[in-house]
Amino acid sequence: MTARALMKRPAVPFVFGVACLLALIALIEVLIRAGLINPFIVPKPTEILWSFERIILEEHVLPRFLLTCGEALMATLMLSMTGISLGVLLHRSRIVRLATETWVAALASAPLVLMYPLFLVIFGRSAWTIIMIAFVAALPPVILKTLEGLSGTRAVLINVGRSFKLTPSQLYWKILFPSALPTIFVGVRLGMIFALINIVGVEFLINFGGLGQLVNELAERYDLPGTYAAICFVILVSVMFFMGTERIERWLRPGT
Amino acid sequence: MPAAEPILVVENIVKRFETQDGVLLAVDDVSFNVMPGEFVSVIGPSGCGKSTLFNVMGGLLDGYDGRVTVGGDTVRGPHASVGMIFQEESTFPWRTVVDNVAFPLEIAGMPKAERIERARHFVDLVGLDGFERRYPAELSGGMRQRVSMARTLASEPKILLMDEPFAALDEQTRLLLGDKVLQIQQDLKQTTLLITHNLTEAVQLSDRILVMTYRPGKIKRIVEIKLPRPRTSEIVSSDDFGRYVAQIWADLREEASKGLKDDESRVARDGGRRA
Repeated sequence: MTARALMKRPAVPFVFGVACLLALIALIEVLIRAGLINPFIVPKPTEILWSFERIILEEHVLPRFLLTCGEALMATLMLSMTGISLGVLLHRSRIVRLATETWVAALASAPLVLMYPLFLVIFGRSAWTIIMIAFVAALPPVILKTLEGLSGTRAVLINVGRSFKLTPSQLYWKILFPSALPTIFVGVRLGMIFALINIVGVEFLINFGGLGQLVNELAERYDLPGTYAAICFVILVSVMFFMGTERIERWLRPGT
Repeated sequence: MPAAEPILVVENIVKRFETQDGVLLAVDDVSFNVMPGEFVSVIGPSGCGKSTLFNVMGGLLDGYDGRVTVGGDTVRGPHASVGMIFQEESTFPWRTVVDNVAFPLEIAGMPKAERIERARHFVDLVGLDGFERRYPAELSGGMRQRVSMARTLASEPKILLMDEPFAALDEQTRLLLGDKVLQIQQDLKQTTLLITHNLTEAVQLSDRILVMTYRPGKIKRIVEIKLPRPRTSEIVSSDDFGRYVAQIWADLREEASKGLKDDESRVARDGGRRA
């Protein structure tokens, strides 16, 4: 079988990706063992691997993982519903768009996480503080990408809808929205990343609840393998959400 | 045998656009009729207002003088009796071929099983049977244009407007799709108005050709094509076909030259501005 024919098999890219990851981990292990990377900054991957059992049994990582997942899910649902609705509003109302688009864009790069004391006062030291900070911080990309997706709908598709005498509501649901979905999902995924960063960051800052708190505790104890193992669970949350949104996107908008 | 009453009447259409350089008269006093079952082409150089006329007849453009009627109804917006096929690729990429074709039936509220069956008929009609469950991204440009055609035909319009639907395709595909259009027009007795700048396409398909002047767009001449029907693309090798092409080109050449000169002077002027 030629290399080109091999690359066409669907499992090959996945296997190649995993192989690259394993090779990178093995390289880090070798570099640490050779003394080229300081083991007091980056622990050996094998040590991280052995610490998984400990953080699962002793540090109760699974309930924390579920809590972070729940917070991320709630924040993602809220920011998807609100962000897409506000994006539609900005698309429909020219005056609102002209008045607010720059502000929304500016908000996207503002370090809103620093406002956590205000959220603590309003929502108390609870999961809601974390969810609300993540929601507010992650909202701008969803709004902006929704607006971009709707505005970027090809004029000819709108003309097709008009030629079939679609009502404004039909035009939105049958043409504008499906056409904009790939861009909207880019916004949702960006928002989700912003949300997860903020969730773990605020859990870390206010020492509450999920994986962020665990990372904080393990780091304070200088349990580096445990800290990195906990970070692996944060990455797992991100990967799960990413794959989840990809599946939803393929379901909502097949053919791409 | 054409009926006595025209199905499409275009009366004294005048359309102006506001531009940076002032008011542009795009279409100037254009009038013509199309009889039921007739295939009429509008041909002219780029910038002669063909697409403006297409949008006016389709009800996508307002703010013009004159009147367009379809089956006696004045067109004041998109009209149920008018189907439009656009120059740009216009299939919905998120729908399969059959779902694309079923779109107007879905909008009309037809039950799913019935509309899918109906859509399959039109998919077959444009020769895409076997591709019903494919998505547009899996099809060639010519196949996608046939999907658009089937989708418009599924709405069963009294008149089909086509704006250079094969402009982006190569000449061979264009000729073969022309055969498909001729066959469909013959089978459905579909009244069709084609906007084009392609001489062979216009002569191959039409009963009459309206030759337009370069800006402002007026009708310069109406040429009746008396080639025998049913036709296929083989007709392009006949002497009569060549005579029609030569006759229309003689009219068009002067207009196309004006367009070319206008383009050159605009580029020179804009280049001067940039300098």
